[in-house]
Amino acid sequence: MSLEPATVRRIAKLARIRVEDDEIAPLQTQLNAMLDYVAQLGGVDITGVEPLSGGAQMAMRLREDTMCDGAIAEQILANAPDRAGEFFAVPKVIE
Amino acid sequence: MGYVLEGKSGNWEVVCGLEIHAQVISESKLFSGARAAYGGAPNSQVSFVDAGFPGMLPVINRECVAQAVRTGLGLAAQINLFSRFDRKNYFYADLPNGYQISQFAHPIVGTGTVEIELQDGTLKNIGITRLHLEQDAGKSMHEQHPGKSVIDLNRAGVALMEIVSEPDIRSPEEAGAYLRKIRQILRYLGTCDGNMEEGSMRADVNVSVRKPGEDFRTRCEIKNVNSVRFVMHAVEAEALRQIALWEAGEEVRQETRLYDQARGETRSMRSKEDAHDYRYFPDPDLLPLVLAEDDIAQWKSKLPELPDAKRRRFCAEYGISFYDAGVLTAEQAMADFYETVARGRDARLAASWVTGDFFAAMNRSGATLENPPVSAAHLGGLLDLISDATINGRIAKDVFEEMLESGKAADAIVATKGLRQVTDTSAIDAAVASVLALNADKVTEYKSGKDKLFGFFVGQVMKALAGKGNPALVNEAVKRLLG
Repeated sequence: MSLEPATVRRIAKLARIRVEDDEIAPLQTQLNAMLDYVAQLGGVDITGVEPLSGGAQMAMRLREDTMCDGAIAEQILANAPDRAGEFFAVPKVIE
Repeated sequence: MGYVLEGKSGNWEVVCGLEIHAQVISESKLFSGARAAYGGAPNSQVSFVDAGFPGMLPVINRECVAQAVRTGLGLAAQINLFSRFDRKNYFYADLPNGYQISQFAHPIVGTGTVEIELQDGTLKNIGITRLHLEQDAGKSMHEQHPGKSVIDLNRAGVALMEIVSEPDIRSPEEAGAYLRKIRQILRYLGTCDGNMEEGSMRADVNVSVRKPGEDFRTRCEIKNVNSVRFVMHAVEAEALRQIALWEAGEEVRQETRLYDQARGETRSMRSKEDAHDYRYFPDPDLLPLVLAEDDIAQWKSKLPELPDAKRRRFCAEYGISFYDAGVLTAEQAMADFYETVARGRDARLAASWVTGDFFAAMNRSGATLENPPVSAAHLGGLLDLISDATINGRIAKDVFEEMLESGKAADAIVATKGLRQVTDTSAIDAAVASVLALNADKVTEYKSGKDKLFGFFVGQVMKALAGKGNPALVNEAVKRLLG
């Protein structure tokens, strides 16, 4: 695998991580190493093997539709970096 | 040839598909036990799961699954016994997890069909590509605070159904008819309230244009349009914009746009430039959703009669027109009201009263069917008095007005006000004789060939009988006594 510097910048942008110019090359090396490591799986012959959707081959459990949570606004807001009354407050994002 | 837009280079055809986001009616959210209903104090309907706290795990709500299956059945769609949830990754301040749990590769509902009706009565099928379950995001507000955006997560995690249509829509009118039809079906099913003002139903509109006979050209997606009227406007405005671009020798760029309802135009959402890079992958917190045939059969057996079927039945059972049947089945409550009035009575007379005087009274008073201006039982009582000839049609209108005002039953009003129809032929004959005697000159004119005066005599006799004469008997008497 070999990622272009432009792809590294794009991945960083999608992840909202600021990356300085001098960090691109080392990141490129590290990401490539990770991709190469995972790419070894490509060598396994999986002809005729169904995709596995989870660690255990079982179906999802369904819960009944009852209201049993919420009404904990103070706890929800407790870790917010900023708030305005009962709202979270964030830098203005407007389209 | 259907709807076309004329450009400098000739005619253009519009190609449109809709993605409708419909909020599921349920007590609690898709993956948490917090309250799902609209409203509530800010952040009061939020669990740790919804707020994306570390280590919290989603557990799916069975009722939301049932609602999606019911909706799929209502859209004549294939129900997938196996479906799966994926993470759709994007950053936004009102999406605490940084991803939305959605269904990408394996939706719960596959292809289906919806029939729409156009103004001129044409019926057309619009294909459904899929329906999948996903979480709603929180709500950002920008006016509450001078320097900040504020966020309420009450809506975060509420179950949404995304209903994706095929690009079968060819005009703003078809787009509007399709959206209304989906809303009607969802309301009948009780799976979404269809309330577009409160945001419980909204549409993303995909639009492209092409020369007739061409393959599809590049499309743009207009996000979050929240009324039928705006969807229709957005389709037209976006199509005109694209035509202008093509005709100026430019390219249409695939992008996400916003509909500006104040200006009636669409504009680019630059923040969504990377929007299509969602990096979907299966959500490791959730096992596959596997449905049992038995569950589906049970949900299916309890489905209500849907609008198309009800409309056809109304035509067959009550002998009313396809048009009237459409009006009367627009809403379930309307259909129920009509059936209560019509059952065991003259069903066509019932249809004409419900769609005529009753609708007019509803519109005048702004009343709703939950609290109608006249109950179905009272309106039925009035029709009984017309059918058994106790009162005539003209008096019935007066009695109806009186019912609106007093809330009393028709027979009580007729009894107290003495409005019973005059069927006593000797009384009618006497009234006719006196009218003829008073208008001897007109009798002469009539006899010399002025046939139109017949109506004048009938009118005068009715007046003499205070409007209560039996119309058939009065006609007969006038004819007989004029000789």
